[in-house]
Amino acid sequence: MRSLPELLEGVPITLLLTFCAISAGFALGLLLALGRVYGKKGISYSCIAYLEIFRGTPLLVQLFIIYYGLPNIGIIFSPLLAALLGLSLNSAAYQAEYLRGSIQAIPANQMIAGRTLGMTRFQSIRTIILPQALRISIPAWSNELIYLLKYTSIVVYIQVRDLTFQAKDIAAQSSRYLETFLVVALIYLLFTILFSEIVDRVEKRVRIPGVGLSPRIVKRNMKIPFKT
Amino acid sequence: MHMLEVVDIYKSYGSCEVLKGLSFTVDKDETKVIIGTSGTGKSTLLKCINQLDPPDKGEVWLEGEDITNPSIDLNRIRQKIGFVFQDFNLFNHLTALQNVSIGLEKVKKIEKENAREKALEELRRVGLEKQSCQYPAQLSGGQKQRVGIARALAMDPAIILFDEPTSALDPELIGDVLDVMKNLAGKVAMLIVTHEMGFARNVADEIIFMEGGTIIESGPPEQMFNNPKKERTRQFLGRISTLYGKE
Ligand SMILES: Nc1ncnc2c1ncn2[C@@H]1O[C@H](COP(=O)(O)OP(=O)(O)OP(=O)(O)O)[C@@H](O)[C@H]1O
Ligand SMILES: [Mg+2]
Repeated sequence: MRSLPELLEGVPITLLLTFCAISAGFALGLLLALGRVYGKKGISYSCIAYLEIFRGTPLLVQLFIIYYGLPNIGIIFSPLLAALLGLSLNSAAYQAEYLRGSIQAIPANQMIAGRTLGMTRFQSIRTIILPQALRISIPAWSNELIYLLKYTSIVVYIQVRDLTFQAKDIAAQSSRYLETFLVVALIYLLFTILFSEIVDRVEKRVRIPGVGLSPRIVKRNMKIPFKT
Repeated sequence: MHMLEVVDIYKSYGSCEVLKGLSFTVDKDETKVIIGTSGTGKSTLLKCINQLDPPDKGEVWLEGEDITNPSIDLNRIRQKIGFVFQDFNLFNHLTALQNVSIGLEKVKKIEKENAREKALEELRRVGLEKQSCQYPAQLSGGQKQRVGIARALAMDPAIILFDEPTSALDPELIGDVLDVMKNLAGKVAMLIVTHEMGFARNVADEIIFMEGGTIIESGPPEQMFNNPKKERTRQFLGRISTLYGKE
């Protein structure tokens, strides 16, 4: 337990990776979802190709390509940057799929009503479709946040000194594997509970009657890690 | 110059010809009612008018402008054509007030304060100022439809198209919506598809009877109900008044 401060040094890196990847992944994911749903054929297919590639290959392989592979053609990233890039690009693909589902869950008539008022397509998407779609996608997004927090631990393989990396070091030095990794597991658990609680509150705060999936459907469709 | 002039429009879906050469006009502040059996192309006609689904052939003129001309800015034109849907289509994430003001804010670029003020005025006009902060899910069908009408009115349209505005409503809620529409008669041009014969009879300046994608007969309510020229009109109105009752 004397090594706790050393262990905690990894926490900021883990959180940094999580927040950057979830945000960058969201921005890119939103573009991909919009491109896939509303884009012309070429754009739509490019988005689909992106999604297939990033969801169809292991995250670890993607990280290896970025960190170990790209230097072969002269593109070199620091471990942290490679991790950020890999996690963001990967999360974007998943978030795009959640968002696409939400966008397509909005009845087509909502867009038609917007166009009938004289809104452009873009205006209708921005002011009518997205405010509803984003609300609907919060539960899925909450899952993604929690998965991402846990998946960041994979970056130990490209030498990023995150929480898991510190634990591995400390455990090896002290041979106290069980104790160390149990503490690490507990730290991850605390953060996942905290995050899902925060997102839950945000969801309740922005909830609008009549917008969103009924709680029953949410429970059936989403694997929510804790809470039954 | 007519407010709206529909000139010989045709529309097919695949091999199914829905509109087969329709022409009519609507003048300023005039109320015209379209009646006809289900599947006859009434909704299609309305969609052809606001170019949501442009006609294959023929022209639609609005305030002296040919809006079927491909080079026209449809977003500008649609501001002038109000549309009231059968199933309301209110924006689910916006309050009644926001539903009415959003067009003013985003399309007409009116400042938020002024847009909200005008929206409140329109809600008052349809008797819903008390509900201004409620979301569509918290409104009854009749209230939703009145918000829908207020939303169309707020844009100060040249004409409002109504596609069976009361068909989705419980019978006891229909009256409120029809009352609002009655109050509008003579103040704004309206083209109304409806099965409410009592309403048509009392409020319409002219009734258009449509069947099989063409206009069978049109004329003032008196003539259509009491003295139709075509046998088919007589049959239809006879049947429908036994179905829906005379007022
Ligand atoms: N988007 C479409 N694609 C293919 N066929 C269509 C489409 N829209 C309408 N139709 C067909 O056109 C015909 C006329 O439909 P429309 O909805 O205009 O009738 P309507 O007079 O409004 O009927 P109702 O009183 O039931 O609303 C119908 O036979 C319908 O099947
Ligand atoms: Mg119809």
